Amino acid sequence: MSLAQTQSVAEIKARNKELIEEVLKVYPEKTAKRRAKHLNVHEAGKSDCGVKSNIKSVPGVMTIRGCAYAGSKGVVWGPIKDMIHISHGPVGCGQYSWAARRNYYIGTTGIDTFVTMQFTSDFQEKDIVFGGDKKLAKIMDEIQELFPLNNGITVQSECPIGLIGDDIEAVSKQKSKEYEGKTIVPVRCEGFRGVSQSLGHHIANDSIRDWVFDKIAPDSPPKFEPTPYDVAIIGDYNIGGDAWSSRILLEEMGLRVIAQWSGDGSLAELEATPKAKLNVLHCYRSMNYISRHMEEKYGIPWCEYNFFGPSKIAESLRKIAGFFDDKIKEGAERVIAKYQPLMDAVIARYRPRLEGKTVMLFVGGLRPRHVIGAYEDLGMEVVGTGYEFGHNDDYQRTAQHYVKDGTLIYDDVTGYEFEKFVEKVQPDLVGSGIKEKYVFQKMGVPFRQMHSWDYSGPYHGYDGFAIFARDMDMAINSPIWKKATPPWKAAPKPALMAAE
Amino acid sequence: MTQNADHVLDHFELFRGPEYQQMLANKKKMFENPRDPAEVERIREWAKTPEYREKNFAREALTVNPAKACQPLGAVFAAVGFEGTIPFVHGSQGCVAYYRSHLSRHFKEPSSCVSSSMTEDAAVFGGLNNMIDGLANTYSMYKPKMIAVSTTCMAEVIGDDLNAFIKTAKEKGSVPNEYDVPFAHTPAFVGSHVTGYDNALKGIIEHFWDGKAGTAPKLERQPNEKINFIGGFDGYTVGNTREVKRIFETMGIEYTILADNSDVFDTPTDGEFRMYDGGTTLEDAANAIHAKATISMQHYSTEKTLPLIAAHGQEVVSFNHPIGVTATDEFIMALSRISGKEIPEELARERGRLVDAMADSSAHIHGKKFAIYGDPDLCIGLAAFLLELGAEPTHVLATNGTKQWAEKVQAVFDSSPFGQNCHVYPGKDLWHMRSLLFTEPVDFVIGNTYGKYLERDTGTPLIRIGFPIFDRHHHHRYPVWGYQGGMNVLVWILDKIFDEIDRNTNVPAKTDYSFDIIR
Repeated sequence: MSLAQTQSVAEIKARNKELIEEVLKVYPEKTAKRRAKHLNVHEAGKSDCGVKSNIKSVPGVMTIRGCAYAGSKGVVWGPIKDMIHISHGPVGCGQYSWAARRNYYIGTTGIDTFVTMQFTSDFQEKDIVFGGDKKLAKIMDEIQELFPLNNGITVQSECPIGLIGDDIEAVSKQKSKEYEGKTIVPVRCEGFRGVSQSLGHHIANDSIRDWVFDKIAPDSPPKFEPTPYDVAIIGDYNIGGDAWSSRILLEEMGLRVIAQWSGDGSLAELEATPKAKLNVLHCYRSMNYISRHMEEKYGIPWCEYNFFGPSKIAESLRKIAGFFDDKIKEGAERVIAKYQPLMDAVIARYRPRLEGKTVMLFVGGLRPRHVIGAYEDLGMEVVGTGYEFGHNDDYQRTAQHYVKDGTLIYDDVTGYEFEKFVEKVQPDLVGSGIKEKYVFQKMGVPFRQMHSWDYSGPYHGYDGFAIFARDMDMAINSPIWKKATPPWKAAPKPALMAAE
Repeated sequence: MTQNADHVLDHFELFRGPEYQQMLANKKKMFENPRDPAEVERIREWAKTPEYREKNFAREALTVNPAKACQPLGAVFAAVGFEGTIPFVHGSQGCVAYYRSHLSRHFKEPSSCVSSSMTEDAAVFGGLNNMIDGLANTYSMYKPKMIAVSTTCMAEVIGDDLNAFIKTAKEKGSVPNEYDVPFAHTPAFVGSHVTGYDNALKGIIEHFWDGKAGTAPKLERQPNEKINFIGGFDGYTVGNTREVKRIFETMGIEYTILADNSDVFDTPTDGEFRMYDGGTTLEDAANAIHAKATISMQHYSTEKTLPLIAAHGQEVVSFNHPIGVTATDEFIMALSRISGKEIPEELARERGRLVDAMADSSAHIHGKKFAIYGDPDLCIGLAAFLLELGAEPTHVLATNGTKQWAEKVQAVFDSSPFGQNCHVYPGKDLWHMRSLLFTEPVDFVIGNTYGKYLERDTGTPLIRIGFPIFDRHHHHRYPVWGYQGGMNVLVWILDKIFDEIDRNTNVPAKTDYSFDIIR
């Protein structure tokens, strides 16, 4: 069904440009002007994708974006498993994000681990009118009493907190003192701040800097004997176990992972990270801030990597090994060789079923570019991509290392644009989120959720690639897509010629 | 290495392999600074005790695992029940992403809704410009027949005035002057999603009946024989609304379903995405003023809407999410009384089939103890059904239940000998429920998907009835109302009971004597 296969790059570019012109027509003039800056056709050789990004969404257009609270509580802080994260404000934010992101962990939930729980101050009108600080203080007392094995508390601010002038920093300091220096982190991630989840990531990163790192006595002895091979995984949220299928590779090559940020992470791991020799960074968008800080303050280098698909995994393992001695370099080669037969078998099985299929993506932090290599390992082609909350540096990385000439680029795509693009481009697969899934499936287009792995996973690492390949095949080659049109409504087949 | 191209292992099995298990054990031991396992065990046991229960129930400020959402979710749910209508939520945009995800995860359907995307500058200067631009964009892009506006807590805290904003937006040409933009203030810090449903529906009805915010003459009621029907915030809206329509048609009653979202949350996969489908026509919404009466299936979802309707001269009747024989009898008899139509034999036979089924199976349910949590009306409907099955709704809990609700539940208990040892818990959450299930255990818990944590921690089997249901598919397509709906609920309960009996009797050479083939 893919149109791309039969068209030249020039034709595709012309078609995509036309498509952009066409979708812009639906908008009032002012909006068309604003949206035009976010849509482009990629030109090979350019240093970025030629779109504006990280700008306020246009009101009323059905943006797919979330908010700063989602970026802090939902992404960065929520997975830290031994701390209790209070959704501070009305009940909804915590409710809708409760256990929705599949940040896998090991622990006794409700006793020493709290990830899949919803702690909220459930603001009522009187809290808005009189302020919520006293309530917050009391909540912390009740947490201490009922959940005595928690290792810390964070306060995840919802919109009203910043508007009513609560002083959550004062409450946090006061209670921390009362509980013998307990880690209590106030986070100013009110949903109206910034333009998307992205500022929430940044605010959360900064809160770790200010309320975790800066509280550690500089001369405090490490809780473990350091080695020259200590690394921290930064920006892996362990969705479906992603961080685990990544960690195992780093350990197999001889490195020691001393911390996971933040999937299956713990406060002790956050605190230990300044002792790392290298920070390896998967989701650049959500955790580059803290990586840069650790580089500046503690002299820890950081290295971006990509664990989607064997090509990028091998490239990344070698890149990471480049920071270490020959022992690790040999380790990387050993790991690559070990998994080669598995990768060969996966590709032999699935590539013939997926070769030449086209994909359109629209996802969050790293995936609009990071998964492209994995699709290409399967012989598939990404013909359109865009970021929900990317910045210019994301589009630079995308242009320089990932997308092909002529790829349709759409930043902060609106529901309308995405629908029209898919309708016209007719990809074999769309990879996006839950809000988009059913829209495209109704249209008869196979779909995979690329935030939650559609409740599958892990997709990271070699073990994850096998699952990725299986899932893409399962989506595209499901027999159900042939049933969308009733036989009596299908276009009549050309009449058979008698001579045949 | 355990991964295998021919039999791909995903998270269900992959991490159970020895390599991963070893890796995770090392991680914990060396880097997580874990608590002493004995201490974890001690606290785990302590959390099951009456002492813990007492401390837990003494909570005044902290809410843990609530069974409620916030107002705008309900407003969005109600708004899409009108023909060609798009909900427009004025405030921060992240909220809308949450409502859409939440509804999509339950219905496995698209959920269309827009935001005015207010940010810091709007927090300072107000969101008027967001309203002006937002309405213009939504109107141009999605060509809705109506845009139903509600608010997030951000807009409420800064005090944006929807009526004035919409007026200004119209003056600025965002949408035509006569275009329908009903609105409702839906602060997240008051009530819950059922309150939001109520406010949004009231806003829409008020808009059509009472002069469209001063831009049209108020409608004059010309009573006719129709009956209006309101389902309330209902996770089973697809199955329920269709069943109720069938009942109305069987009885030959002319009706208007207000906020009929049964089609928009159940569109076919046939190559076309329908952003809008079905719904109450705007004409019907306006003409609903002439109806003889309005029936609400959920009193607490319509506490403000019904008085508004009553004030226009209609009779209003409300139920509490009626489930089972008696509750359905009351519903059907009310329809008959109001419409003057006789109850057809067909419904009597359906009733008889439900009674028949309950008689056949009651031995397996009789005397069993249940914990129920959910929205206030659903709790009452389920509790009453259990009582007529001879079961005991031992704990009934609604995080969004009020004191008055609790009195009503108590009255339901008092109406049956099986309600003697039953208790109601208004305003409590699922962490309270967890304590109850330890200290005053029951046989089964009925609730939404989040009940699976209770099931895991306390060993009480969960019967999934409520909203949201994320981890089981398609139950929303089945009615729980009407005699047919009662049958569905009965079967869901029975299936779990039988599964449990089998699960508890399937150890060979130990318990297999009760592992009966006939039950």
